[in-house]
Amino acid sequence: MRLSPDQMILWQHGFLKLNGTILFTWGLMVVLAIGSKLITRNLSTELTRSRWQNLLEMVVTGMMKQIKEVGLRNPATYLGFVGTLFLFIAAASLCTVIPGYEPPTSSLSTTAALALCVFVAVPLFGIEDQGIGGYLKSYAEPTIIMLPFNIISELSRTLALAVRLFGNMMSGAMIIAILLTITPFIFPVFMTMLGLLTGMVQAYIFSILAAVYIAAAVAATGTHKPRPEPATNT
Amino acid sequence: MTLIAIASIVTAGLTTGFGCMGPALGEGRAVATALTSLAQQPDASATITRTLFVGLAMIESTAIYCFVVSMILIFANPFWNHVIAQVMGK
Repeated sequence: MRLSPDQMILWQHGFLKLNGTILFTWGLMVVLAIGSKLITRNLSTELTRSRWQNLLEMVVTGMMKQIKEVGLRNPATYLGFVGTLFLFIAAASLCTVIPGYEPPTSSLSTTAALALCVFVAVPLFGIEDQGIGGYLKSYAEPTIIMLPFNIISELSRTLALAVRLFGNMMSGAMIIAILLTITPFIFPVFMTMLGLLTGMVQAYIFSILAAVYIAAAVAATGTHKPRPEPATNT
Repeated sequence: MTLIAIASIVTAGLTTGFGCMGPALGEGRAVATALTSLAQQPDASATITRTLFVGLAMIESTAIYCFVVSMILIFANPFWNHVIAQVMGK
């Protein structure tokens, strides 16, 4: 039994390999890029707009709202990163309805790469917001004793992000594969539906956790601008 | 070789079995508390639901770790490959 699409080798020449993960990742990237290019080619601000533009606007404003609720004040800065993560993982798990397709996120390489993106992006956003000194000082908060633990948490949450997504996607694919050998008629369909739900939840969780980490890095010290007070009822 | 197979399979079962118990109890508690607070404050449902989902994912990931370990033990066992390599080398 295959544990991941890494072991599905389509073409090999010397040490160059084309495995399923690379193929499906690039396929998804092409579909997402060309799709959004086609939709945003003729945008309209009139009352009549294409249904694809409606869909894209819904997705983008929904993501902006979610990022804002996590506590990031100007979500447009982070939309490019967090939104791309969400769209890629969601598309990767939604495409499992296509026969013969295996989600590239069920390979540990892909999820490790995505988690490393978060690992690199969090300090970058933090440094951009409060300078390199201010960001580094946030590792020694509240006391200098916490310094090693803060670094450990930085590393362990990267591992957790990667293994969580990998485990969920891999388990979905594997449960369906096992069920197909036991009860091959109706029951795998329900498990596929459950897998679609899990995939969407995982995409949401991955991107919201990335946003939470970024929010923690951006607002880690007390030097940031105070948040607007919530409107009090009179 | 058989000994390694027995040990791997038994350990895989134990890992998933015991590893699911803790997260199951934890998730049950989390959902129960979230439902109570939803009933008390329906206005804050958006915040509660979002925090619940993130928390559930955190709790669930411990179970997922156990699952991944047992999958590695069954399907990609490193000791297994080592023994096979030794036998082939002889």
